[in-house]
Amino acid sequence: MDASALGTFLQYLINGLALGAIYGLIAIGYTMVYGIIRMINFAHGEIYMIGAFVAVTTFSILAAAGVTSVPLALLLVLVMAIAFTAAYGWTVERVAYRPLRGAPKLAPLISAIGMSILLQNYVMQTQGARPKPLAPVMNGGVTLWQGDGFAVNVSYIQLFIILLTVALMVGFTQLINRTALGRAQRACEQDRTMAGLLGINVDRTISLTFVMGAALAAVAGVLVTMYYGVIDFYIGFLAGMKAFTAAVLGGIGSLPGAMLGGLLIGLIEAFFTGYVSGAYKDVASFSVLILVLVFRPTGLMGRPDIEKV
Amino acid sequence: MSLLQLTGVRTNYGPIEALRGVDIHVNQGEIVTLIGANGAGKSTLLMTICGQPKPASGTILFDGKVINDLPPHETAKLGIAQVPEGRRIFPRMTVFENLQLGATLGNPAHFDEDAAYCLDLFPILAKRRDQRAGTLSGGEQQMLAISRALMSRPRLLLLDEPSLGLAPLIIRLIFEVIADLNKTRGMTILLVEQNAYHALKLAHRAYVLAQGQVVLEGGGAELLANPEVRAAYLEGGSH
Repeated sequence: MDASALGTFLQYLINGLALGAIYGLIAIGYTMVYGIIRMINFAHGEIYMIGAFVAVTTFSILAAAGVTSVPLALLLVLVMAIAFTAAYGWTVERVAYRPLRGAPKLAPLISAIGMSILLQNYVMQTQGARPKPLAPVMNGGVTLWQGDGFAVNVSYIQLFIILLTVALMVGFTQLINRTALGRAQRACEQDRTMAGLLGINVDRTISLTFVMGAALAAVAGVLVTMYYGVIDFYIGFLAGMKAFTAAVLGGIGSLPGAMLGGLLIGLIEAFFTGYVSGAYKDVASFSVLILVLVFRPTGLMGRPDIEKV
Repeated sequence: MSLLQLTGVRTNYGPIEALRGVDIHVNQGEIVTLIGANGAGKSTLLMTICGQPKPASGTILFDGKVINDLPPHETAKLGIAQVPEGRRIFPRMTVFENLQLGATLGNPAHFDEDAAYCLDLFPILAKRRDQRAGTLSGGEQQMLAISRALMSRPRLLLLDEPSLGLAPLIIRLIFEVIADLNKTRGMTILLVEQNAYHALKLAHRAYVLAQGQVVLEGGGAELLANPEVRAAYLEGGSH
């Protein structure tokens, strides 16, 4: 491999990591909700889309208010996006899923699809159907490697995406594995009745799971807005499908699986776009999903349900 | 006044009447056992006390308070702990995490002391402390389920067939622990058993449940000597 080919490879790798980080953040919401109530929350992509809209709105308000400090603006945008989407996530669970607990599995699934359509149309009505642009918030980057006729660049926004995602995932894993709340969530995932008998408020724990998933999706929404600079009311659909694919690829219900799945989907897309064709990148990721599921039906890190009774 | 008092409790599963007007009470510091055949409603009774399912009618008083409509996490808060049918340990968590979950409502200041107490009660659990609970043997899982229930320092301990499917030696150990909890800690216990011989020997008082109703009650030793009980639940049974 000559230097130029290696350089190109590294550039695609960086692009793929940034994209994969975003998919991973969304995928965690799918996998956690599935883990705790065995339901695919098809409205989760819309929560992410709402996060992106809150980001654009907050950025414009801050710009109008004359806030010029980028770190301060970012912090405020993240806080706003998380607060809003957490409220949406909580409400969606409360209104559309909780009344159906104990109903046949198909009912909440249909309810989720309905919620997804409702939220899309609600945003289209209130925000308009036209794409919304955002002026670049973070410009520039660093050149990691300047070679003969090629360069490997990492933009500040890519760096920000990767670092923030790694920090969130580390923090989140600690939260699930070490804290009382995380323990309660895992207990509800394994045996809700028993969790209740031990004094865990199961409904509240499920609500908090939705809130946490929504918060991570909000961060993904903010990052995507900054990365691509344009959003519309329909971005939740494809991103949702991709993140769902990532969760299934990694093994639905598994937290590290969702992160790994997200990363893989991002890398596949970046490499396929670079080496083959951008037009067929979705075909590539979904083909990999099918291949993995044929040989490992539980996903890469999912576990088959065998337990000693 | 009794710690737990059920009056005319009825519980339905859909169209099926699982409990058809049950009157029982458990006094502070007592071991009361409930024996009966499969399907008599014993487990339903324990679950109804905990609030899932809720009784269709009748009254459940705990410490003088009506708890009919409280969900399980609320009855647990009042101090009712259950070691349920099938043990229901959390299989993909460690033994220690299971104990931590048992202490959800406990005072954090008591945690170390209570965990040490349980691991001392069942030393095998100390050896398995960081092992996933799903890998334990049936007897070890039962010990863990009992320990987990003790971690909240309950005022009333409900035990649902703790001897089911266990080797005779383990059964003896479990019953010794139950007796000891009552004697040294003054634990109030409602014990559901099919193993009538062991249960009646241990209990201060006993009820016989059949088809969702109490058909017989009396002292443990008294029922053990009762010819009807002997014929239905003991002869040819597990001595």
